[in-house]
Amino acid sequence: MALALQTFPTVKDANAALKTAGTRYLGGGTLVVRAANEGDVSVSGLVRSTDPTLLAITVADGKIRIGASVTMAAIARHPELGTLAKAARAVGGPAVRNMATVGGNLFAPAPYGDFAVALLALDATVGTDDGELPIETFLAGRDDSHAIVTSVAFTLPKADGFRFLKVSRIKPKGVSVLSIATVLEQAADGTVSSARIALGCMADRPIRARAAEKALKGKSLDQGGIAAALAASTEGTTPITDPIASAWYRAEVLPVHLGRLLLS
Amino acid sequence: MAKVPVQFTLNGSEKAEFIDSGTTLLNALRDKIGDTSPKGGCHQGTCGACSVIIDGELRLSCLTLAETCSGTAITTTSGLAEGGVLHPLQRAFLDTFATQCGFCTPGMIMAAKVLLDHTPNPTRGDVVEALSGNICRCTGYEPIIQAVLTAARSNSQNAA
Repeated sequence: MALALQTFPTVKDANAALKTAGTRYLGGGTLVVRAANEGDVSVSGLVRSTDPTLLAITVADGKIRIGASVTMAAIARHPELGTLAKAARAVGGPAVRNMATVGGNLFAPAPYGDFAVALLALDATVGTDDGELPIETFLAGRDDSHAIVTSVAFTLPKADGFRFLKVSRIKPKGVSVLSIATVLEQAADGTVSSARIALGCMADRPIRARAAEKALKGKSLDQGGIAAALAASTEGTTPITDPIASAWYRAEVLPVHLGRLLLS
Repeated sequence: MAKVPVQFTLNGSEKAEFIDSGTTLLNALRDKIGDTSPKGGCHQGTCGACSVIIDGELRLSCLTLAETCSGTAITTTSGLAEGGVLHPLQRAFLDTFATQCGFCTPGMIMAAKVLLDHTPNPTRGDVVEALSGNICRCTGYEPIIQAVLTAARSNSQNAA
């Protein structure tokens, strides 16, 4: 491996250095150093920033802002982010969680990126030096993104409004067959007034299950009420095939696991 | 390749080296410093054989660049024994036959040490979770889990 690392105190300076061809941003290292170790010769230089704001978690009036360098372990142990702890703990084993960052997870290709699935369901915004983007827009263009992610921000849902499930073959820690995150709001009569459902491994990056979301609106969270949503859950998906599971298998089991999550 | 200075504490001793920029901590420890206790298994962050403790946190030395560790305190398995006396975890791994080929053992012991540092009386579930990032292809894991539980019991007996 022949990599030169440049360290900058500000994101702005790091962004400028990142414009050099072959240069990648170093967050926790679980993606880019791994790529270099695997012999990815397109990586010839690394850039990082030690800006302290990248490590900050701020919670104010239910609004959460997490710096891009915050690790999964830091989220999992944060007293006010208990809602997200399960999603943060879904990422890797203990050592990986001490290294993997929020910013890096947004770039993790399927079957990785479980936390990004949670952020998609939470309708987060992604902050860069150039401003903020809705996460869906960011994920769609992430392959061509050259701006360093500085933070993610979202509104913490009401208690029990957020649900997360990672399906893997090896317990307690294995690579995802698929992951699902939902943010549901219910009317006084118990019917679903709004639903956001995000899926991991059902495309090369986290996607929304829009047909299922639409089918769930106005329905009750029982076997009959969710049937249409489950039937529509694979609509628009293009599951990945990898050594963990085939696209066919993922499509077959998605409705089963979505059903369990919605009824849990 | 540019050389960069790196200074950190390794198992209580100050280390200062000039290394090639971009060198992983695993390679710096093994090839430059001569501490071969962290093992290079997958180099992808999957097997955990290279696990070390950096400022109290379990980390993968194969995915950590050495130059990002300046100013830190690093612990490897070779630093656990004191005065020729094995650490309780090392002793328990021997006593319960928790090693076969031994390749995963240093990473397992590092993961277990972090667990016991924070949770002196872990449940079996705690141990399984703590070791979940470390792969062993020999033992079937059960002897390793028993070794960690044995070390925990030994620690609490010593403290009593």
